[in-house]
Amino acid sequence: MSYIPLEQHLPGITGLLEYRKDSGAPIRELTQILLRGESTLTAGERELIATVVSSRNECRFCTAAHTAAANILLENTDTVEAVKQDIDTAPVSDKLKTLLHIAALVQISGKAVTAEAITAAKQAGATDREIHDTVLIAALFCLYNRYVDGLATMTPTDPAFYEGLGQRLKQHGYNRLPQGYDHLKTKDNTLKSI
Amino acid sequence: MPHINLDNDLPGIRGLLSFRPETAGPMGQLANILLRDDEGISRAERELIATHVSYLNDCFYCHTSHGATACQYLNGDKALVDQVRKDYRNAPISEKLKSLITIAASVQKSGKAVTPGQIDDARRHGASDREIHDTVLIAAAFCMFNRYVDGLAAKTPMDLASYDARGRQIAEKGYGNHIFSTPQPVSI
Repeated sequence: MSYIPLEQHLPGITGLLEYRKDSGAPIRELTQILLRGESTLTAGERELIATVVSSRNECRFCTAAHTAAANILLENTDTVEAVKQDIDTAPVSDKLKTLLHIAALVQISGKAVTAEAITAAKQAGATDREIHDTVLIAALFCLYNRYVDGLATMTPTDPAFYEGLGQRLKQHGYNRLPQGYDHLKTKDNTLKSI
Repeated sequence: MPHINLDNDLPGIRGLLSFRPETAGPMGQLANILLRDDEGISRAERELIATHVSYLNDCFYCHTSHGATACQYLNGDKALVDQVRKDYRNAPISEKLKSLITIAASVQKSGKAVTPGQIDDARRHGASDREIHDTVLIAAAFCMFNRYVDGLAAKTPMDLASYDARGRQIAEKGYGNHIFSTPQPVSI
């Protein structure tokens, strides 16, 4: 049971963003810019950064949601699993590995990011903008993960829920759905995500 | 020195916001909504929660900045702000605020560290759902802001009077892109 009353048909973050829509709007906008806006990193690469941070924060809802989004955008399921296990041996570019390492340090603390980690990223070809966005995406997911778990939101266990959510994140990004979320209400209280 | 070339000499998060104004916009809006809302806990209480979380994250720029803003709302009571940083349980603040800061301190560690007992305690002291929500989100937001500032090694001014000047500016005009696009306030 969540610590505050949230819509039963909106588990995880969605119920929170709908609970206070005025704070939800800039959080959505920031996420849309960082994960889907113009960038030299692909949307799939940016979802990997979000997934690594959520996984290390042990936030089950966010990890499952962004794993699903990354799987769809990368068109395979192996990459995200490998990145969660071990960044160094995952099948991603050397540049992305250095950025994922920076994100993993940000997850611990801003102060944990070392000059060496930044130098490694620059040597692998990362730009200042890419390093900036990596740090901010990692920091943003430290917000999301704490928001979702700090209020004990519901975490669906059905994998199909997250597959649907991944599709929604591919189609609509992080914008609020234009029609809202009432269409996800079901008569038997089963959870729909799309 | 910042980890990336910001192409400006602005202090703390201001230098980062100026580097990428597109992401600065929603971050400024979020700060205004969470820290300058007059429903439930006061602006001073909201800034104190932000100060305590930033102190726990050891982010000097953030805890000094938000402490200075809190001070503006508290008739300049620096001793009170400092006690909330280091020893809020014995500070002369309401039991409700203490119970909310306890929740915020758990959020700083991990979302999972918040316990039903802490939530019950806050309710017993009169906290509403909305106040509990705002406390968790303020604490979570400062786990973002603190990591953004320190993760990019933003410039940390050592001139403490400059924090008072910026705190006054925020108390008067709020957050938003003006904090990097207009001349920096001058210390009195």
